[in-house]
Amino acid sequence: MALIDTSQLSLGSGRGRIWRSLRRNPLGMLGGIMLILVLLVAVFAPLLAPYDPTQVHFDTPFQKPGTVGFPLGTDDLGRDILSRIIFGTRASIQVGMLSVALAVIVGTPLGLLSGYWRWLDGIVSRVTDLMLAFPFLIIAVGLAAINGASLANAAVALGIAQIPTMMRVVRAETLRVKELDFVMSARAMNASAPRILGQHILPNLLSAVIVQATVIIPVAVIGEAILSFLGLGIQPPAASLGIMLSDAQQYIFRAPSAAVFPGLAIAAICLAFNLFGDALRDALDPTSTRK
Amino acid sequence: MSRYLLNRLWQSALTLVLASIVVFIGVRMLPGDPALAMAGEEADPETLAQVRESLGLDKPILVQYLTFVSNALRGDFGVSIRTGAPVSDLIATTLPVTLWLSAYAITIAILIGILTGVIAARFKGRWPEWIANGFALIGLSVPSFWLGILAILYLAVTLGWFPASGYVPIGQNPLVGLYYLTLPAIILAIGLSAVIMRQTRASMLQTMSADYVRTARAKGLGRFRILFRYGLRNSLIVVVTIVGLQLGGLISGAVVTERIFGLPGFGKLTLDSVFTRDYPVIQAVVLVVTVAYIVINLGVDILYSVINPRIRVGGKN
Repeated sequence: MALIDTSQLSLGSGRGRIWRSLRRNPLGMLGGIMLILVLLVAVFAPLLAPYDPTQVHFDTPFQKPGTVGFPLGTDDLGRDILSRIIFGTRASIQVGMLSVALAVIVGTPLGLLSGYWRWLDGIVSRVTDLMLAFPFLIIAVGLAAINGASLANAAVALGIAQIPTMMRVVRAETLRVKELDFVMSARAMNASAPRILGQHILPNLLSAVIVQATVIIPVAVIGEAILSFLGLGIQPPAASLGIMLSDAQQYIFRAPSAAVFPGLAIAAICLAFNLFGDALRDALDPTSTRK
Repeated sequence: MSRYLLNRLWQSALTLVLASIVVFIGVRMLPGDPALAMAGEEADPETLAQVRESLGLDKPILVQYLTFVSNALRGDFGVSIRTGAPVSDLIATTLPVTLWLSAYAITIAILIGILTGVIAARFKGRWPEWIANGFALIGLSVPSFWLGILAILYLAVTLGWFPASGYVPIGQNPLVGLYYLTLPAIILAIGLSAVIMRQTRASMLQTMSADYVRTARAKGLGRFRILFRYGLRNSLIVVVTIVGLQLGGLISGAVVTERIFGLPGFGKLTLDSVFTRDYPVIQAVVLVVTVAYIVINLGVDILYSVINPRIRVGGKN
């Protein structure tokens, strides 16, 4: 594509253009609505959940979905599955947000600096190569061996594993933006490097960082479920979708539905982020149109 | 040997050294005294000193590191605290299970991913593309280990098509061995095939609109010939890249899949060692995975430069 689609540029403010593009994308809108619902559930979990997620009801274990008082049934200890899913969603989002925050806070400056100064590039690349050499599960294994397994450990392991990709995205964008005319003119006007990086380059990277964040969060949500399922993440009796699945596998023949709902919840969270992220990418990047 | 390959080799070697230092330091950051863990809590100071000496813990840190590296290079990772067996033996019995599982899963993922990707690109804007896209979206959003649990329940137990768990070594009986691995491999392949599908579709669409394809079409080359000769050839590059990039996810996925299907693989060894704080095994497992990961990534890059000559000449992207 040699021609630049100028019609996109004349549409006024960037925000308006993004909104218009999102509105034309029904799947993206669906993802956005799901995303808002998921976030509301995560934020207002204590208000929404009918029970404390760890409260046991020994007299009513293995209730079927639809039972009065337990809309999604109960598990082997009589704990309300709906309440546990609501709090599990909250834990998933917490881990997702924490790991994204880590990836952004560490990855963005690294990418920015290595994209701007070529001499730093070699050093930063070696560091990210080193990080890439450890799959997230191995990082989690190491952290669990040192500190014991926890929500924070899961988030740190997943965040570290995402730093290299975030760094590479930011680096690639920095390489592109720093050659643009307005950066050149800022440099010609003798603007200091921090000023060029902070005032001129960083604002233009934000969309790439946001899109990458929507890619990272579902990966982290599934990662949290995997780690907690294996016992390397959130620890029982706290509610986590991964722990619920691990519990449910023990008594799957007795209560298959206990294994179905937490999985659906994970899928819904990830689908929300994936759909919205795809739409956002299309909206922010006119060249990747999938019309 | 081009400059690119030499450069890449040197980078990998450097990463290997750095990674081994990280593992070495990480193991020394573990809580508790490894000598105490090995000798037992009730050991008297004399035995403790003896164990410390036999572990080389009384030597300077640099000597300890060099011993650690030279032992590892000889495949000597010490003895498991939990079972008393040499760690290298434990790895030798569990690693093949995981390698077979991964190889099987990668094969399935490539077949499904390329096929659906080609279909999606070929029938762009029509229902086959929608189905393929939906499949990819589900593959990316649905946790595969959850599908694994459901598959055991419905495909293995209710329908009885596959064994619910268990393992038969491929070397012992290849057919039965593969049969036992089929369901786990399919589950492990789902996420990977979704990523391959998406990238194959994108690269096919890009290739099919390229000038040389238009030329080929104008020359009257058949539709399928173009699809396979030009489209697929390029998507091969994509697949190699994706498999390289997704390797970390695949390793993690293999650990979970082994857990669900009760396979006696490397993942089980990893988890067992963490939960029983079997430090020599943890150290060996982390080191083996890391080294394998770096070496495979190097292999992927070399393969990549063979398929795509631009990389060798062009340098950075």
